Amino acid sequence: MNLKKMAILTKAEAKKIIDKVLSYAKADETSVSLTGGRRGNIRYARNAVSTSGESTNLSLAVTAVFGKKSGTATINEFDDAALEKTVRRAEEIARLAPENSEYMPMLGPQTYLPIDPFSRNTENITPDYRAQAAFDSLDPCRKQNLTAAGYMEDSTGFTAIGNSKELFAYNRETSVEFSVTVRTADGMGSGYATRDVTDTSKLNTREATEIAMQKAQASVGARAIEPGKYTVILEPAALVANTDASLLLAMMGSMDARNAEEGRSFLSKKGGGTRLGEKLMDERVTIYSDPTNPEIPTSPFGGGGGGRFGGGGADGRPQEKITWIEKGVIKNMYYSRYWADKKGVKATPPPANFIMEGGTQSLADMIKSTEKGILVTRFWYIRPVDPQTLLYTGLTRDGTFYIENGQIKFPVKNFRFNESPIIMLNNLEAMGKPVRIGGNLVPPLKIRDFTFTSLSDAV
Amino acid sequence: MNRRNFNQLIGMGTAGILLPNLPAFSRNVAPEALLEKGMDVALKKRLADAAMNAAKSKGATYTDVRIGRYLNQFVITREDKVQNIVNTESYGVGVRVIADGCWGFAAVVDAKSEADLAKAAETAVAIAKANAKLMKEPVQLAPQKGFGEVSWKAPIKKNAFEVPIKEKVDLLMSVNGAAMKNGANYVNSVLFMVNEQKYFASTDGTYADQDIHRIWPIFNVTAIDPKTGKFETRNALSAPMGMGYEYLQANPSDKITGVTTRYNMGYDMLEDVTAAAKQARAKHSAKSVEAGKYDLVLDPSHLWLTIHESVGHPLELDRVLGYEANFAGTSFATLDKWQSKNFNYGSKQVNLIADKTQVGSLGAVGYDDEGVKTKKWDLVRDGTLVNYQAIRDQVHIIGEKESQGCCYADNWSSVQFQRMANVSLEAGKTPLSVQDMIKDVKKGIYIIGDGSFSIDQQRYNFQFGGQLFYEIKDGQIAGMLKDVAYQSNTQEFWNSCVQVCDEKDYRLGGSFFDGKGQPSQSSAVSHGSSTARFNGVNVINTARKI
Repeated sequence: MNLKKMAILTKAEAKKIIDKVLSYAKADETSVSLTGGRRGNIRYARNAVSTSGESTNLSLAVTAVFGKKSGTATINEFDDAALEKTVRRAEEIARLAPENSEYMPMLGPQTYLPIDPFSRNTENITPDYRAQAAFDSLDPCRKQNLTAAGYMEDSTGFTAIGNSKELFAYNRETSVEFSVTVRTADGMGSGYATRDVTDTSKLNTREATEIAMQKAQASVGARAIEPGKYTVILEPAALVANTDASLLLAMMGSMDARNAEEGRSFLSKKGGGTRLGEKLMDERVTIYSDPTNPEIPTSPFGGGGGGRFGGGGADGRPQEKITWIEKGVIKNMYYSRYWADKKGVKATPPPANFIMEGGTQSLADMIKSTEKGILVTRFWYIRPVDPQTLLYTGLTRDGTFYIENGQIKFPVKNFRFNESPIIMLNNLEAMGKPVRIGGNLVPPLKIRDFTFTSLSDAV
Repeated sequence: MNRRNFNQLIGMGTAGILLPNLPAFSRNVAPEALLEKGMDVALKKRLADAAMNAAKSKGATYTDVRIGRYLNQFVITREDKVQNIVNTESYGVGVRVIADGCWGFAAVVDAKSEADLAKAAETAVAIAKANAKLMKEPVQLAPQKGFGEVSWKAPIKKNAFEVPIKEKVDLLMSVNGAAMKNGANYVNSVLFMVNEQKYFASTDGTYADQDIHRIWPIFNVTAIDPKTGKFETRNALSAPMGMGYEYLQANPSDKITGVTTRYNMGYDMLEDVTAAAKQARAKHSAKSVEAGKYDLVLDPSHLWLTIHESVGHPLELDRVLGYEANFAGTSFATLDKWQSKNFNYGSKQVNLIADKTQVGSLGAVGYDDEGVKTKKWDLVRDGTLVNYQAIRDQVHIIGEKESQGCCYADNWSSVQFQRMANVSLEAGKTPLSVQDMIKDVKKGIYIIGDGSFSIDQQRYNFQFGGQLFYEIKDGQIAGMLKDVAYQSNTQEFWNSCVQVCDEKDYRLGGSFFDGKGQPSQSSAVSHGSSTARFNGVNVINTARKI
């Protein structure tokens, strides 16, 4: 818990501070970034709360640039003297810094999409609210002799950026992430569920926990079946994870143009160049970004959610709707401003979210239409094996089931996989209805010939 | 989890090394600010006393205070360019209390007055009292004697922050130049430097002032074959160390020669990158491995990560008990296995020890983050599981009277909890060199450097890659292999250990960013070993076409 400086500044308040800072600037170019907010969390395990806390922060960073030399200084005091001192300090650091030959001049004013990914309900979260959310998850588990471990984290914050070329952008944003793992008392069954929302009134921790409870109970007595190639139904949490690497984020995080053009990406082409425009996966695969989507709204500029993809441009580039993969064809890659300038193309920033188009089937419908297959709740400890082919390894976890003739027949022991999302998206059988996961919209996928390479005794 | 950095998690590790993990509430400062003296120790004591008195008056039965100043410097380059130089400082105070039998914690940024500390203490008590309602049983804290006013300083020879930025940039530029001259198409290199100035005080009567230093020089070299469109990489064989800038001055005695040079307490970055560029190029013509069973000879630069994942983590008591069930996972090494006193974690050759005192290691401190004097203890002796890693509120569960001293918080703003000690494989007692070990291997693979890593949530099934793979045929190195990864099960793997080289080959590896907890905290930890041999391990071929 942090006691000082609770602050969600309004656009006008933020602009006033940034303008004041810029009025002190003497460098060739100066930019200011002002961020603030509150993060709260509650964690429980072994059916009791283990930790909870809250922290708030408000901080201002000034970047001064002389030629191609830049320096940044940060402060969290806001009187005039402190602000001016910070500007001078950034200028001193810049003068002594080595030259960055890839430095790009700051952007002028930009036009941003009107988005407000903010919820009053989330802003109003209190410690009591968090305790109740944890209780709603713990209570049904205690009553059924199951053991719950879970975590909820909420954040309410804002980012404002401005520079000496009159760029100004402001965004306020809220989010809540929740996950729960329920285990049977004997440790032989385990189930998982996760949710993330912008507006906390859409989160029901009891509903999510009940799914994890069902999976925990149904996964007791898992049978070992031979590893090999199987048809799998991958739930959205198996495709995108909040806390770990994941197959779809790995692919979306590897669409940087410079890496591809330098020859060190799955998008690099034999003999040079890139695979832009090539069909690399099933024609039903279409993935695009849309910061305005009401289910997954994001910051209109890179500073906010864009961090998920390695910093979408604290430089103030606008986020916009853009298609990355259309009918299996690579349509766009993202660029740093330097690389785009060098290549004479538009400097498309990395996205802040993505939407994979799906179908209308529910998960139950997908199971019903499966003759033989394996239902995967989630994957775990996913790590790159070969960056060239995007081969990844990891394991199933917290609910893995054998499906036969449209029905879940029995739980199976966990598997290790070695698979590439590119191969996976070529072996597409069916897609369900997309749901929000990790700030993205992702459908459950049915994939044939998914490669499991060994068994694990882990529950 | 060995969480290198966020970019690697989402797959952006391809182009090498990008953004570092910074402590919470870090602010950018000028490089010279890293050399400014921190707060006077007498003032720290006064602030800590203010917090402890305030907590006591509100009903706390125990209080500890951590006043922390965390300094970081990163110099980040690629080819002939400096991409970024980052200097950060994070200062604040964290107060932890027990009230009504429950923990409570509060932290405050930039706290410099007794009033700030008192307020934090009062909030911590209020949180403890509120959460006490959700407790099943009160916290049982193992007794700990107070040590009075003490200090501990990492035995470094040269504070890395005293070395001018220009000298660091010049080093990395010469490293990058050597890579390009020797066949690399691209090279990224980074110097990470950390100084934690931590003051701990508790109502047990300890006031410990500690100064901890860490350094990690790394690079990633890429060689592209335009004809095939393939790229190969080789990362540095350096280790992150609990040392100063002296780590970058390698003496001849720090070098282990062989198929490639490896390093002990001193690292020759220029020499390593020169070899790396040539090896990345050579990987293009290396033989793709044939899947099957092999005897593995694992260098310490590789084995540290296998130890970390398959021994360090499963023997953390909080995981065993279920506190990490929703994130890092639980453990196969359950209490009944330990109680049986005959659980064969590994073969008779396997002795695994936890140590918070090892000189030059990342985990070495004088006192842990709850005022326990650090020590060294056995986890696995002659192959049998004998102990766990546990802290003050856990040790009663394993019948110990005092904590093992492995409590850590990654920042003043984070609450301290059980973290991994340095966990290491003891060197073999019989004299044995790597050459002699290889001489007896008929069909094997010699693996150097860490690569891909993955293990299940109870630490049974794992898969590891590496940086360099050499085929061993009839006791001889028969050339380079590629597309190698091995899969095994923890107990099976450690029981397949037939030999460990002697102490002359003993070296440390480690992780700067071991992730655990929610919200996630990162911890730096070392793992030592000599080269070890494991028989009949399953090797897969990882080549694919897309």
